[in-house]
Amino acid sequence: MGYQELTYLLQGLGWTLVLTAMAFVGGIISGVIVALMRVSRIALVRYIAIGWIGLFQGTPLLMQLFVAYFGLPLLGFDLPGWAAVGIALTAHASAFLGEIWRGAIEAVPKGQTEAADALGLHTRSLMFDVIMPQAFKLSLPATVGFLVQLLKGTSLAAIVGFIELTRAGSIVSNQIYQPLLVFGVVGAMYFAMCWPLSLWGRRIERRMSAGLAR
Amino acid sequence: MTLDFSVVTDVWQSLVYGTLGTLFLAVAGMIIATIIGVLGVAILRTHMVIPSFLVTAFVEVIRNTPFLVQIYFIFFALPLAGVRLNPTMTAVLALGLNGGAYAIEIIRGGVESIPKGQTEAGLALGLHNHEVFRMIVLKPALRAIYPSLSSQFILLTLTTAICTSISAYELTSVGQRIEAETFRSFETYFTLTGIYLVISMVTMWTLAAIGRRAFNYPQR
Repeated sequence: MGYQELTYLLQGLGWTLVLTAMAFVGGIISGVIVALMRVSRIALVRYIAIGWIGLFQGTPLLMQLFVAYFGLPLLGFDLPGWAAVGIALTAHASAFLGEIWRGAIEAVPKGQTEAADALGLHTRSLMFDVIMPQAFKLSLPATVGFLVQLLKGTSLAAIVGFIELTRAGSIVSNQIYQPLLVFGVVGAMYFAMCWPLSLWGRRIERRMSAGLAR
Repeated sequence: MTLDFSVVTDVWQSLVYGTLGTLFLAVAGMIIATIIGVLGVAILRTHMVIPSFLVTAFVEVIRNTPFLVQIYFIFFALPLAGVRLNPTMTAVLALGLNGGAYAIEIIRGGVESIPKGQTEAGLALGLHNHEVFRMIVLKPALRAIYPSLSSQFILLTLTTAICTSISAYELTSVGQRIEAETFRSFETYFTLTGIYLVISMVTMWTLAAIGRRAFNYPQR
């Protein structure tokens, strides 16, 4: 594997990072909405969120990508491939992050809500100033864990033909006939991105459980 | 925009066979994953330096690389190692190894949650090391972690879709064949998504039912 092949893989790696960032940022924004809907006081809103989460957690990410990739153009959206993949990954992330943050919101002690009520705070202020900052801290290990999941998930974009790291690997492997070397290098690149994140997530988790034990 | 689902409903038999293929991959993968999980934790508990390091390295590498890269790697590595497996059995192996790494992590957490005094009490009663592990550590630990193990197994079931990349026999590869013949991509994958939703719900109920039966002994 020469310099040219390596640059090609690194280009793919760049696209993997772009897809991950797009889906994570989009997922954070829409995930907050899903989480808030999931804990809403209105039953209908809650059920919609439950359905959304169940749909994305109960089907393979690959199917979600396929349906978005082939379905969005049918609905009249003339999108480039990367945008369809980005939308699917964003929707996927919104469901998983929404569920993670719902758990965190519910893990914030009830006394906090009561105290905020007693102080006469509005529902919005209660959520955004009191509950969500605490929930954010609680959810951090799981959120980082999902980020790793998402980064690995972008590899499925390869199957619909998007040239990110894994697809770049397949192409290079077909050119130089050294699949083990190429996929070994591709795997190492993913590992180099995911492992530090995993270690970081585990460290936050350990620090938090130590804090709780005190 | 006109949708025509008849192209999919016409070939319902292949969808049934594909679903059976997916279920086979999922169940075989779960069994191998559980075996690897228990073996891995047993090795970690020996506290032998090199074997423990190898198990930890295996877990970290699998958990921090995509399944798609793993399955490609195994698919190309097996023939070089002189092992001839068809794509479906290769997929079972890949799913088992992937699920096994997650199972080791989950079971280890459960085993660590068993107080040390229980192990010592078992040893004091004259039980062998392996008896203590099997009866006093493993079973209560499995009960404690069964919920997380179940959700990992659901994930494994959904992961089987990726095995289409090496043309293993399962639902998604059946779908890709239907798509290639009919050019009805959206109808095909929309239907598959529905079938997967049913599969994961049924898997969830089945695992919950197994959990209720297998761990139905007194808490104290």
